[in-house]
Amino acid sequence: MRIDAFHVTALAIALLGAAVTIFDLIPVNKFYFFAGYVVLQYVVLATAWNIMGGYMGYVNFGTAGFFAVGAYTSVVLYNLMKAPLILMIPVSGAVCALLGLGMGYLTLRLRGVFFAIATLAMAIVLETLIVNWDYVGGATGAYILRSREIAPFGDYVEFLFFVMLVLAIFAVTVARWIERSKMGRGFAAIRDDEVAAECTGVPTLRLKLVATTVSGFLMGVAGAPFVLYVGFVEPSSAFNLVYAVNSIAMPMIGGATTWLGPLIGALLLGTVQQVATVTISSELNLLIVGGLLVFFVIAAPEGIVGLVRKWRGRGR
Amino acid sequence: MFTVDLLLSALVAGVLLGGFYAAVSLGLTVAFGQLNIVNIAHPAFVILGSYVAYMCNSRWGLDPILVGLAFTPVFFLIGVGAYRIYYESFERRDDEALRGLAFFFGVMFIIEVGLIMVYGVDFRTVQAPYIGQNFKIGAVGVPTRMLVPFCVSLVMFACVYLYMSRTFNGRAIMAVAQDRLALQLMAADPVRIKQLGFGIGIGTTALAGALLIIIIPIEPSIGRLYIGQVFAIAVLAGLGSIPGTLVAALVLGIAESLVATFFGPSWAPAVAFGILLLALAFRPQGLFGR
Amino acid sequence: MKSFGKKSPWSALKKALATTAAAAGVALGGAAQADDTIKIGFGMALTGGLAGAGKGALIAMEVWRDDVNARGGILGKQVELVYYDDQSNPATVPGIYTKLLDIDEVDFVVSGYGTNLIAPAMPIMMQRGLVFPALFGLAVNEKFNYDNYFQIMPAGPEPMTDWSRGFFEIAMAQDPAPKSIALVSADAEFARNAATGARQTADKLGLEIVYDESYHPKTADFSPIVNAIQARKPDIVFVASYPPDSVGMVKAVNEVGLKTRLFGGGMVGLQFASIMTALGPQLNGIVNYDFWVPEPTLKFEGVEEFLVKYQKAAEGKGVDPIGYYLQPYAYAYLQVLDQAIAATGSMDHAEIGKYMRDAEFDTVVGKVRFAPNGEWAKTRVLQVQYQGIEDNELATFTKQGTRVVLYPAEWVSGELNYPYAQ
Repeated sequence: MRIDAFHVTALAIALLGAAVTIFDLIPVNKFYFFAGYVVLQYVVLATAWNIMGGYMGYVNFGTAGFFAVGAYTSVVLYNLMKAPLILMIPVSGAVCALLGLGMGYLTLRLRGVFFAIATLAMAIVLETLIVNWDYVGGATGAYILRSREIAPFGDYVEFLFFVMLVLAIFAVTVARWIERSKMGRGFAAIRDDEVAAECTGVPTLRLKLVATTVSGFLMGVAGAPFVLYVGFVEPSSAFNLVYAVNSIAMPMIGGATTWLGPLIGALLLGTVQQVATVTISSELNLLIVGGLLVFFVIAAPEGIVGLVRKWRGRGR
Repeated sequence: MFTVDLLLSALVAGVLLGGFYAAVSLGLTVAFGQLNIVNIAHPAFVILGSYVAYMCNSRWGLDPILVGLAFTPVFFLIGVGAYRIYYESFERRDDEALRGLAFFFGVMFIIEVGLIMVYGVDFRTVQAPYIGQNFKIGAVGVPTRMLVPFCVSLVMFACVYLYMSRTFNGRAIMAVAQDRLALQLMAADPVRIKQLGFGIGIGTTALAGALLIIIIPIEPSIGRLYIGQVFAIAVLAGLGSIPGTLVAALVLGIAESLVATFFGPSWAPAVAFGILLLALAFRPQGLFGR
Repeated sequence: MKSFGKKSPWSALKKALATTAAAAGVALGGAAQADDTIKIGFGMALTGGLAGAGKGALIAMEVWRDDVNARGGILGKQVELVYYDDQSNPATVPGIYTKLLDIDEVDFVVSGYGTNLIAPAMPIMMQRGLVFPALFGLAVNEKFNYDNYFQIMPAGPEPMTDWSRGFFEIAMAQDPAPKSIALVSADAEFARNAATGARQTADKLGLEIVYDESYHPKTADFSPIVNAIQARKPDIVFVASYPPDSVGMVKAVNEVGLKTRLFGGGMVGLQFASIMTALGPQLNGIVNYDFWVPEPTLKFEGVEEFLVKYQKAAEGKGVDPIGYYLQPYAYAYLQVLDQAIAATGSMDHAEIGKYMRDAEFDTVVGKVRFAPNGEWAKTRVLQVQYQGIEDNELATFTKQGTRVVLYPAEWVSGELNYPYAQ
């Protein structure tokens, strides 16, 4: 892997994040850590979704399922041994990676929309399992008491924000690496024409499994800190359809074929939602997501990234 | 705990429930199965139908099923309009898979929010003479609240099936997804045919919505609950098969009812979707697929 | 193009600068204004699954605000409500409350509606030691043990079992006393908790539990469940359900003709005007919990005036038009805060919290005193029976005698029709 401007930027962002959360270099209102956490969580989810959806053209309606399994893995670890977040994240990721792999195997023969429906069904089956599993609180929900402070961050939420920032950078780096590798070209070949790809020697089955596994892993790590963020988790909030909707809408609005698309989409739509929550505060909130989604898919099929490219191309 | 009476009751309840599921899924079978249009907003249109029935019922005391029938042409036109947009924006650009899906996702949200803004989020119900009645055959109770939608659903199926198999346009709809070229050679415009088919698909939601509000109280976001179910049925049916949809819906209804009666109702939805996952893994062409 | 990747920290930085500027602005210009108002902040479900209740609660709270301001405010300061839509989604709650506290700089916060939306705010309240009046959460404080939490829902000091206590006491007082019970609940937070409490009580009373199942909230047809219950011939049936399934359950029970002596207990939704008018006579005989009904024993001072104002404000808003169940409590939890601030003459949370733990409050829902865990010191979960309902008119349910109070003894307003059906 070559080190380039992207990696330098990513490192700089991580350091800046550390400076703000650990050393309180710049006074930042606590609200922005809460809001920022949610936006960054969507960066991870949208990026993870895009590895399957954008690069390969396989629509996953089950984002909420993976996210919730990540969250509930944390609950299990907490109940078992009061595990710290640092342990929760990799374990949740691993569980969801396995889940993704399993789903990949189960749906290997399914193309396009059948795959999408299978993921939807999987999310519902998983929700039913969690609802009936009393160890993690079942339908009643589970409480997790987070500590108020954690060294060296001070406030626990600043720590969560920093963790999510690192995860977001990690997710985007992975997505970018995949996109530029030989694997990414294989993904694109599958997206354009799966049969043709297979005929020209692209190992489509193996690539699909890699994609479901990586995508599942990233969704799982996004879910892991969720229980510490809300302090209380129950199935209907962890499996909330909002995660599925947003993780589809964000890459579509940003532009689904590149790593930059979901990043822009998540930052934009996530921020708009956070702002709308505390300003408009009405049903219009939901209309924004629906309206923007419909507008972009009709008027700007390649998303914002596509618009910018087009505009630049015209400028030259 | 097992008795023959209980088994019979469970089967009857399952069949009636399945009939209702069938009505809700019929439109999707046409749109998704036959035309390849993944209309994820289908349940939202059903809810729209429910609210129309509610409005006419509460304001003028009209029978919900008659309202559903009367509004079928209106919904047909909405469907035609929606298809025009869909075609111009996605299908013509050969762009429907991902973006078309996202488009309907957005439409679903817009319908839902629109309904919230007009009607609020209170639960709504309708009044009709057959709601709350029931009669017994032996030890088995048959509620007319479930029986009437079941019968209406069967009639709906018969009509659509006859139209699709006996008329030129109907056969063209069945064929359009498979062989556009052959259709064009027969001097039928595939776009017009698909428009007609999608219109029929949305048209059925007016009546399906009326049936829904007869059975349960509704609020705008309740449609989301049915996304999984209707797609499960459409896939289980083998895409596009109308008799298959009826059978798949009945299978799902009976499975849910049996599980609810004998194993514990909280597993019912997982069983239905478990069947779907297995079907997708081992027989993706569905029960009646080719 | 690369610069897009850097957006996140830059925007954080920009926001930070904006905040500092805003804070400076407040310090310069807004200070005078901040002094003569008391800001009360909260998140409320205005969209999503709980919005029906949330919107009704909000209207009641606005009625309270107008009442208080009309009489001259609290400590001579006008009251302002600052609220955001939590979308019935717990994940929005931490953000909303930090925004309220750190950016809007509200003086007090109160909770939104429902356990799921109260619990996520608790860590923030505990960290900052804030007084937290809460609206309708069941047993939220069991895990947190926070001493400044005050729950206005009259569940009682042992919320899980107190909830169904009345139902069991009524059943056991009958002759012959029931011997078996069926428990059925929705797969969701409140219903499961209520069923757990009922299970404990049933065990303690030596009732045989012949059926104990939960169901998925989206179940469309309840006749399989009712048939399965019927096959076990329970003497009494305890149901813990949410609005849509309460309706399905009542319909199925009437259609199947369930034969049992006592039916109901913890069915949410049967208190709502829209559902009562939809079910009409099918409700007769059901014994269910409630919090306020128009019976002579419950005419607390101010409640009728409040309802008149609420009903006027609620017109055409698509919310419950009569507002009996939740709305007086949404008014009352602000009254409690109001009285505590006025009595202590202070804005200090520790002092107000101490006062709230010790004092008794006079509200539109009667006298309120809190137990150490923040619940009502004594349960007032009413058990009411639907009686003599002959039509589906709203007026039927606003008159006395259609929902008679059977429990607690202090508030009884009628006789039980027993058995339910045999």
